[in-house]
Amino acid sequence: MNGSARYWREIPQRYRLEAAKCDGCGRIAFPPRVLCPGCRGRKFSKHVLAPEGRLESFTVIRVAPSGFSDLAPYAVGIVTLDDGVKLTAQVADCDPATLAVGRRMRIEFRRLRQEGESGILCYGYKVVPVDRGIGVPAAT
Amino acid sequence: MREVAVVGVGMNRWGELWEQSHRRIWTEAALEALSDAGVDRVEAMYVGCMSGGLFTGQEHLGALLADELAMGPIPGTRVESACASGGLAFRQAYLAVASGAHDVVLATGVEKMTDVDGAAATYALSTAADQEYECYHGLTFPGLYALMARAHMHRYGTTERQLAAVAVKNHRNGHRNPLAQYRDEVTLDQVMGATMVADPLTVLHCSPITDGAAAAVLVPLDMAKRLSPRPPVRVVASAHATDTIALHDRADLARLASTEKAAEIAYRQAGIGPSDLSFAEVHDCFTIAEVMVVEALGIADRGKGGALAESGYTALDGRLPVNPSGGLKSKGHPVGATGVAQVREAVMQLRGECGDRQVKDAKWGLTQNMGGTGASSVVHIFRRA
Ligand SMILES: [Zn+2]
Repeated sequence: MNGSARYWREIPQRYRLEAAKCDGCGRIAFPPRVLCPGCRGRKFSKHVLAPEGRLESFTVIRVAPSGFSDLAPYAVGIVTLDDGVKLTAQVADCDPATLAVGRRMRIEFRRLRQEGESGILCYGYKVVPVDRGIGVPAAT
Repeated sequence: MREVAVVGVGMNRWGELWEQSHRRIWTEAALEALSDAGVDRVEAMYVGCMSGGLFTGQEHLGALLADELAMGPIPGTRVESACASGGLAFRQAYLAVASGAHDVVLATGVEKMTDVDGAAATYALSTAADQEYECYHGLTFPGLYALMARAHMHRYGTTERQLAAVAVKNHRNGHRNPLAQYRDEVTLDQVMGATMVADPLTVLHCSPITDGAAAAVLVPLDMAKRLSPRPPVRVVASAHATDTIALHDRADLARLASTEKAAEIAYRQAGIGPSDLSFAEVHDCFTIAEVMVVEALGIADRGKGGALAESGYTALDGRLPVNPSGGLKSKGHPVGATGVAQVREAVMQLRGECGDRQVKDAKWGLTQNMGGTGASSVVHIFRRA
């Protein structure tokens, strides 16, 4: 999919990790929404995501979609951040064989992929193990 | 609401049908259902198709396929709900008949997936997930189900061998289905030792890329005998529920809340529970999916879906056969057609027409069709009239 507007729109979430905290019930929506999924409230305050969390599940993608072929195999996981927000991200800087549910992760910024032959470079967040000394570092 | 019956079903041999076009595949299945029903006109048609656009460059399928049907200007409606498109198209046809809007309605599903290469097919399927917050990070559908599998294994101790038992069972059933795409039986070791796609899922844990279509004719139950010479099969429940589009937004990665909700509604409508079922046709797009679906349907206790497959309880000769057709795994998974093909299997099982894969004394059958990682679920229950 092409179109730089799409990437421009996502900048607050992807680069500044901005979420929206519901003024009514305190639930955090990431990405921000019009309606709170908890109480249907419409008033939010800006919330910056917690930088660390725990790995809930993970896999290693060996058959990659277009745009990611040169990265494969790569690990992807779901992380529950310390503020309760859950997100999907690639797991970098580790040997996937050392991954385990519950392992502590930290958010970092990386290049995610290049779109098309001469396309847009897509950046965003990845997670890395907090104790990344364990395991063999891999290229990102 | 009127009571509704299915009086005809149709399906072609599924596989890589390189010599047949999207519209031809669809028309052959539709004609077979009409011929099975002994009906030569329908008042309206519904077609489930996930992505005519990305797979073949063709949208506007409601009009295009109504045109192919050559019955004049009947209303043709295309329904999209990712891999649940077929089940939802059947439900729209059911609602059209139940509401009294139409008396004779054709429900169909179709997908032509092999005109594009593997990467393009992977991309087309991935559009059923959250593009911005899942696929953007390189996730694929095998990857998403692998995340669910890992969560289930961590929480309940489910093993790769138990997941593989689902594939072995479904290929054993599909071996007896002449229309199935992959009729070869497989062993546990073959499934676990196959090429890894997304750990812990090998390629033999995944349903294939398939061309195919399926169709069914629905009428009001009290008009069934007048409109068709075929024994009617009653639709006793029709339910649909949704969940978060992104897997990571779910409170529990190892549960299918939309299937639980749709099943709860369906069992209430039918006035039965899971122990009354004679068989179930469920959405085994990946082996872990069947494990989680049988739990969501109450066929297995929570966390015990893997052990249940391994025990033989859900085998063709078990207490409650699951996927007697071979499931998506062996029969194939032309995504928009899958939900309607499940209905075809249920109707044929209840009529006792399934030959050497026939479930003994089948009275009640359930179908469960699912889109994405379970963001949509459609459940129907059928009864021998
Ligand atoms: Zn709220």
